[in-house]
Amino acid sequence: MKMQSHLGRARNLGASRSGVGPWWIQRLTSIALVPLSLWFIFSVIGLLGADYAAYQAWAGNVVNATLMSLFIVITFHHAQQGVCEVIHDYVHNKTTLYTSMILVKFLATVLAIACLISILKVAFGG
Amino acid sequence: MVEFNLPAGSDPVVGKTFKAPSGAKNVKVFKIYRYDPDSGNNPQIDTFEIDLDECGPMILDALIKIKNEIDATLTFRRSCREGICGSCAMNIDGTNTLACLKPIADVKGEVHIYPLPHMPVIKDLVPDLNLPYAQLRSVEPWMQADTPAPANQERLQSIEEREQLDGLWECILCFSCQTSCPSYWWNSDKYLGPAVLLQAYRWIADSRDEATGKRLDYLDDPFKVYRCHTIMNCTNTCPKGLNPGKAIAEIKKLQLQRQ
Repeated sequence: MKMQSHLGRARNLGASRSGVGPWWIQRLTSIALVPLSLWFIFSVIGLLGADYAAYQAWAGNVVNATLMSLFIVITFHHAQQGVCEVIHDYVHNKTTLYTSMILVKFLATVLAIACLISILKVAFGG
Repeated sequence: MVEFNLPAGSDPVVGKTFKAPSGAKNVKVFKIYRYDPDSGNNPQIDTFEIDLDECGPMILDALIKIKNEIDATLTFRRSCREGICGSCAMNIDGTNTLACLKPIADVKGEVHIYPLPHMPVIKDLVPDLNLPYAQLRSVEPWMQADTPAPANQERLQSIEEREQLDGLWECILCFSCQTSCPSYWWNSDKYLGPAVLLQAYRWIADSRDEATGKRLDYLDDPFKVYRCHTIMNCTNTCPKGLNPGKAIAEIKKLQLQRQ
């Protein structure tokens, strides 16, 4: 039975002082993804039907490899942040909340690293 | 998890029907949510047929007519009947608004009237607003200044400084916006909600207030402010035409500005 006052409930633990940072990063990454996504789509269209050697030459270009790596890092960061927002909205059980948040962040990190290593491997002629 | 279904015992059932008097020519049907906590029964939707030729033009007029002439147990809050007190906020025809400002003629077909959504119901159309009032109290909605007020006069503002409060001071705290916000429905214990955040910004924007930093500190939290996902139900539903969504955006901008 909870007999805490309404004001006590409203004040709760106070402010975590960590609201604006993640919000701003999410806006920045979404803005960055607009040109990067367009660049990625046009690059994929340009490589349609290309053989592995052609793709290797494309990925070996420093500009392409850099933009591709940026696209990967920003996409996965933005995605995990978005999914965590949804979890924060709808999941109230603490154990489920923290477990799912950790899993999402871990999965995003693993996938991002795997993508980056793949890009480097192709770029350096693997 | 968030609850998508109503809790047990909350599903409304079909209630009583009160027919219009014989000879009534201009009949409008009102379907009104009724709940009596003492009965132990589920809520019910009662049907009232009202002769509009014998009724005032607003939804509140119809509610008062029902209470006076048909069913005295119908319970709702009302006071000023001119959109200033905020008491008669309820969900009419699917939108939160003030019964006193909503013309009956604006509603096509049957008029469906429910209490403000997602709040505990005390009786019929009366929601329990203790939590949003406590949340309002938590943002300390009064002027805080260390500088003593000038002797024998009020604290002065320029015309431009005063204009910063337009669109904020008009809020009558009816909580139509607060209870229209899905973010508030899912996290009402942690998210402060649009009405409270508009009030918080009203004091942040006030040039006479000297506690801006403290106020922004209290709001810098992933839940207190940042559950707002700019759904904008708040702005769409405000019966006073205010824009709580913009006030929340201004709070975010100020928090970013001081980084």
